[in-house]
Amino acid sequence: MGILEQLPGIPGVLIEPADGRSSLELDDIQHFLMSRPPARAARYEFLTFSSAAGGRAWLTGLIDKVGTAKTVGANVADARWVTVGFTWNGLRALGLSDASLATFPEEFRQGMAARADILGVTGKNHPDHWVGGLANRNLHAIVILFARDVTERERCRLEHEKYLQQCKGVELLSALDLEAIPPFDYAHEHFGYRDRLSQPVIEGTGAEPTPGSGPPIKAGEFFLGYPDEEGSPGGLPQPETLSRNGSYVAYLRMEEHVGAFRDFLQEHGKTPEGQEWVAAKLMGRWRSGAPLVLTPEQDDPELGADYSRNNDFNFATMDPHGYGCPLGSHIRRMNPRDTAANMNRRKMIRRGGTYGPELPEGAPDDGVERGIAAFVGCASLVRQFEFAMNVWANDPNFHELGNERDPVLGTQDGSYDLTIPKRPIRKKIRGIPAFTTIRGGAYFFLPGIKALHYLVNEGKGG
Amino acid sequence: MATSTLPKSESLKPQPVEAPTKADWTQPRAMAIPKEGYFQLQNGRYGPLYPRTPACHGFTIIAKIKPGREEMIRAYGKTIENAIGELPDALATLKLHYLRWVLFDIGKDTYFMYQGIFDTDFDKYTEDAVALFKQVGVNTVFENLEGFPEDWKTNVPAFVKFVREHQCPSFLEYGEYPYVTADEIKKALKLKAAFSDMLDLMQ
Repeated sequence: MGILEQLPGIPGVLIEPADGRSSLELDDIQHFLMSRPPARAARYEFLTFSSAAGGRAWLTGLIDKVGTAKTVGANVADARWVTVGFTWNGLRALGLSDASLATFPEEFRQGMAARADILGVTGKNHPDHWVGGLANRNLHAIVILFARDVTERERCRLEHEKYLQQCKGVELLSALDLEAIPPFDYAHEHFGYRDRLSQPVIEGTGAEPTPGSGPPIKAGEFFLGYPDEEGSPGGLPQPETLSRNGSYVAYLRMEEHVGAFRDFLQEHGKTPEGQEWVAAKLMGRWRSGAPLVLTPEQDDPELGADYSRNNDFNFATMDPHGYGCPLGSHIRRMNPRDTAANMNRRKMIRRGGTYGPELPEGAPDDGVERGIAAFVGCASLVRQFEFAMNVWANDPNFHELGNERDPVLGTQDGSYDLTIPKRPIRKKIRGIPAFTTIRGGAYFFLPGIKALHYLVNEGKGG
Repeated sequence: MATSTLPKSESLKPQPVEAPTKADWTQPRAMAIPKEGYFQLQNGRYGPLYPRTPACHGFTIIAKIKPGREEMIRAYGKTIENAIGELPDALATLKLHYLRWVLFDIGKDTYFMYQGIFDTDFDKYTEDAVALFKQVGVNTVFENLEGFPEDWKTNVPAFVKFVREHQCPSFLEYGEYPYVTADEIKKALKLKAAFSDMLDLMQ
């Protein structure tokens, strides 16, 4: 999952094709999944509409603040790093017709909370325990604001607060402030793992995938209205104006229990090196980012930071039995590479950041909530996001393991194991504790700019 | 609130969808299955999940064929035979044990039965299966069935809906060597072959 600051030199950021043209309608696509502005702070606001007219009036004033893929990130100093999305209930609350509402896919109509059991989001992760009103039917919209720094975020927060006061029928349900955690020179999360090492590149953006990341992925895997890896998808929401250039995002607010994580490392690693080894086996990479497939015995921070090498590996031929990267580790589940079929149909774009203060090394857990609040962007929630959660993260029998779940993202209650293949005898850690807890989630639709105008105008008559 | 209508999980682990059984391959097992096809409703991404039985996972799809298409469907048996002959691993993703395709008449109508026995929960790999069907030409058979969605190639949910609507759950399944996966069988046979070779060499 990503943190916030822009890293110079990371491929995958939007570059205009050399001839200045693109097959994508960049001026109509919200920038969120396409470009990554150099933000070190963010704020997510969750809104509810008590009147359709009020909601549409609010949206009317917001459309010009929403950054497009054309302007944000393409070396243009456009700081409108605002993104807006709607739940299915939100589209209904804005007055979208029943006929149109019925054309959205089943999983989006139901929403994430209703699909929690399918995702494996159960027990302490279950929507019954979610915060911020995210499991409620009256969650209608999200505004995502990325900002250069905290000062800029606060300015924007106040500006939106002022604007909301003028808008009748739109209320703030909850909000989450995010800030990158130090050190700021590389992307990482609270457990200390380097992040953003494996992101798909979208065909038609002109960006080059890093070695080992495979070819660019067809735009239709992320944006509606374009050919995807199988052709031209049918069954898109209607009318076309509404769906074209839109995407779905699955939001997850995932608390990270840093104290529990560090205790676990100490329990299973007797020396600092041993603890790093355990941390690496959980993830599939050393915390530096260096992949275990390439450097199974010891960390190699230089490799971890080298984007020309740190994603250049496979599993099926380079580590078939998991002696380097355990079969049940996080990266092996979230991106099985050449050990799963139709991988190009399962790619997702991740966005988001860390929230909560860092827990300094050696400090006892202070009980303050900290974690990752991230979005997974795709064209089909059921085929991409839900598949990843259901089959990769939370299926105990992934790779025939029998009783394991993703040690980082999976729902853990102390009854699952992690097998670490090792010569001469494997190491099996029984009773993996929950290092993370899902504190909230939702499915949003991020419409294109024309679709936002359609939403504003469509319900007016009724 | 949406949450109030959600079923509460009794424990963190998914509820078992089958009657408790011991996965002991030496003891033949039979399992009677309720009319719905499952013991306790547990939803997968595309609908209710069906249990793993002593005869593994599987489905039986029965659908009426379009008039006059019988020969076309029969001819496809040969097409699949050739496809697998050329590319034996073509269906590996499906984790199959067996496929059985049957045509039979009821009155003036002809019906097609597609019975598959495999080791994965079909819901999990539905999209992979659809992609595979396209690659090996199974699609042509489906396209000769009444009610099959014309846009199935680009509309997985429509394909899944058709399959689920025509799925006839078993009410009894039996396994002489229950709960053994095709991979385990292949491993055991490989071991047996290696052992046999070794004995031959030792003569």
